[in-house]
Amino acid sequence: MNNLNEFLHMGGYGAYVWSAYGITFVAMILAVVIPLRQHSSLRQRLIKQFKRKK
Amino acid sequence: MMRFIHQLASPPYFYHFSGKVLPWFLGLFLVFLSYGLYGGLVLAPTDYQQGESYRIIYIHVPAAWMSLFIYMVMAISGAIGLIWHIKLADVVAISSAPIGAMFTLLALVTGSIWGKPMWGTWWEWEARLTSELVLLFLYLGVIALYNAVEDKRTASRAIAILALVGVVNIPIIHYSVEWWNTLHQGPTVTKFDKPSIHLSMLLPLLSMAVAFKVYYGIGLLVRARNELLQRERNTGWVRELLHDE
Repeated sequence: MNNLNEFLHMGGYGAYVWSAYGITFVAMILAVVIPLRQHSSLRQRLIKQFKRKK
Repeated sequence: MMRFIHQLASPPYFYHFSGKVLPWFLGLFLVFLSYGLYGGLVLAPTDYQQGESYRIIYIHVPAAWMSLFIYMVMAISGAIGLIWHIKLADVVAISSAPIGAMFTLLALVTGSIWGKPMWGTWWEWEARLTSELVLLFLYLGVIALYNAVEDKRTASRAIAILALVGVVNIPIIHYSVEWWNTLHQGPTVTKFDKPSIHLSMLLPLLSMAVAFKVYYGIGLLVRARNELLQRERNTGWVRELLHDE
């Protein structure tokens, strides 16, 4: 437990190190999840359009 | 090999192929990311000058490398689209822009967070930081220009020209720490003689750099698939693809 605290503390730079990592990973996850969701909604929209035309 | 590249440039083939390789890219990304994070945050020793704060290097430097690399990919594929009218090259160029913009912003933000405890300031108008900020504006300009032009083929031509003009900024960013006396530290890895960084710090850094490259591959494929589907929505292959669903 002590080790974990020390690890999170980062020699006093914990706030800097972890905020940098946190921002990076949130941004990187969102930057893939958002276009993936757009992909499925685009597919759904196109399928509906094709069905209407038939 | 040439035949494969030729095939890959055809939208339906690319769409199918990219769907198949995406899970492999994700696996590869996770492998390099895990080693990079474990090696960088746990195994690597503390820096004798900067203490633990230097561990931001494992995201800051790969993000900054990617900001330059993606710009070059965007400019070159833009040029290929401009000259040979290859649709997929146009798609690669515009799909790269948001990912490049994100990495540029991340390089600036993580650099700022690192700069606060080390330099005593979040921001300084010096050569490296300013030229990297110009890069962010170039990316945003490309995205805005593309969205402003209705016809996507014209839009692609416009952003290719803008991206090519902006290429002058790339060597300025790279050499800024040598040409000017900057606050930003000099290069540690990309020197022609031996890099001035110990292997136990270097290996996780390179692993993170590979992970970020693979991540770019993932982001690029995901976005390119959307762009292709959108652009080709009135063609036979899209109709066929969605026919069974």
